[in-house]
Amino acid sequence: MDMTSRLVQLNAAYARAIDTEKFEDWPKLFADPCLYKVTTADNVAKGLESGIMYADSRGMLEDRVSALRKANIYERQRYRHIVGLPVVTGEAGGVATTETPFLIVRIMRDGAMAVFATGCYHDRVVADSSGALSFAERVVVCDGGRFDTLVAIPF
Amino acid sequence: MDIRHDTHVEATTTPHGPWPEDSISRVPYWVYQDEATWLRERERVFEGATWNYVCLEADIPEKGDYRTTHVGAMPVVVVRAADGTINAFENRCAHRGALIAFDDSGNVGNQFKCIYHAWSYDLAGNLKGIAFERGIAGVGGMPADFKREEHGPRKLRTTTLCGLVFATLSPDTPPIEDYLGPEILARVRRVLNRPIRVMGRFTQPLPNNWKLYVENVKDTYHASLLHLFFATFRITRLTQAGGVLVSADGAHHASYTIGSADAPGASAYREQGLRSENDDYKLADPSLLDSVEEFGDHIQLQILSIFPGVILQQIHNCLAVRQVVPRGTDAMDLHWTYFGFADDSPEMNKRRLKQQNLVGPAGFVSMEDGCVGGFVQRGIAAAGDKVSVVEMGGRTAESQATRATESSVRGFWKAWRRHMGY
Repeated sequence: MDMTSRLVQLNAAYARAIDTEKFEDWPKLFADPCLYKVTTADNVAKGLESGIMYADSRGMLEDRVSALRKANIYERQRYRHIVGLPVVTGEAGGVATTETPFLIVRIMRDGAMAVFATGCYHDRVVADSSGALSFAERVVVCDGGRFDTLVAIPF
Repeated sequence: MDIRHDTHVEATTTPHGPWPEDSISRVPYWVYQDEATWLRERERVFEGATWNYVCLEADIPEKGDYRTTHVGAMPVVVVRAADGTINAFENRCAHRGALIAFDDSGNVGNQFKCIYHAWSYDLAGNLKGIAFERGIAGVGGMPADFKREEHGPRKLRTTTLCGLVFATLSPDTPPIEDYLGPEILARVRRVLNRPIRVMGRFTQPLPNNWKLYVENVKDTYHASLLHLFFATFRITRLTQAGGVLVSADGAHHASYTIGSADAPGASAYREQGLRSENDDYKLADPSLLDSVEEFGDHIQLQILSIFPGVILQQIHNCLAVRQVVPRGTDAMDLHWTYFGFADDSPEMNKRRLKQQNLVGPAGFVSMEDGCVGGFVQRGIAAAGDKVSVVEMGGRTAESQATRATESSVRGFWKAWRRHMGY
């Protein structure tokens, strides 16, 4: 399978884990250590490093999942990811640098369906010895900077 | 206007009759719903004798650097002048009322120019140029008796405190040091003790009246009850040493937690069977909570509010300014600016990045404050004539050596009623 097809599969698995609320599968798509961050295009343009979510290990991703399962209180909601086609912008030393656009619709408890976020995944993807791909880095660069009410579920 | 420091609020009539029991421990729900009250707040609170946070000095370091923001409903430009001082004026062209600056920030050099008809303003907001003021070939143009100096956007006075920039429309607002009082002032200086470094900005639109968020911030009682994450990881618990400082006029507060969570009384949460006590819940990567003492006083957590709408937050090494911008009776924007210090080591920078998971729109702790105000706004939909009960820790608004109190919430209502004349 060519690289683009493998990346499409990886992104499909990523979206499916979140949208079907199999959140425990989500950290498994990352290498360990890794970088996962949710930020905005404006922060990236200004060189500002913070994220509304920030994890540098698979353990921190698992903690995001356990928090939304066990600790945090929020109104029932889920996401529908629409993920575009990945573009490979570079490949060196077994690391593919890719960009993939996304759109997230948030479905609220009361049935409202509205665009919650759009943006681009800026990824560094690696393959293990079996050839399986995972994210060494996924920086979620949101197009805008307004996050309505709260963000419990990862993007 | 003098700031009155007595605890009694003069009984006056509101559009809905007398204030319930004339008490700061009763809050009628119409205050979160009423359009007339929102109009009065704009005039008497935000455009009144208050200092409104508008930006950080670090946001506009160079001459001509500006940011746009709001004071209540009023759009405002804040700009660094040639002499290094900071000016603020209404973001409204004197001609036809268009925004003078329509981006979030930037650098304008020497002048602002309205894009509609190219009227221009200096960095103090003075009207300086009018396109075709004398017409074309002697025809058209402004009347000969038009005086530019009589036209211009409203100007605000500015002041700075430890890198925070505030603006006021009122000539009566006292100096910021007097406005805050010595206790709160010391708590601002404690955190903002050296040059800061902005690390990121995010906006969280909230589906509730702005006062519900400010009350939530001042409400030390809820923090470790609503937020399981706080209590479980011993970031703050009511059983820890700490307290709440309330300024003499009630307007401002600083709550704080000192030292270890495993103090006497640490079992109180389990004994009360509270949801926020959950021993089964462990972090897979506890590096999130790897904090270091950086202020030398064992205060692990300090939440400070300055009336009407800014919060300075220190949760371990996670520092942020939160600006409350109302958007009518039932919506507001919360603008988060995460910061560190200019002299942070790479390790401290990483520590802050990780601890920022606690706050903001996706904060392990703060996310619940994002929805709880909306739950109140929806819960009171048919209860404008009913009241909430604010009696934890008594019925007055003084500093207390416990956080199992709503003293600083009552302080807010004491100040709000005074400004509103209710």
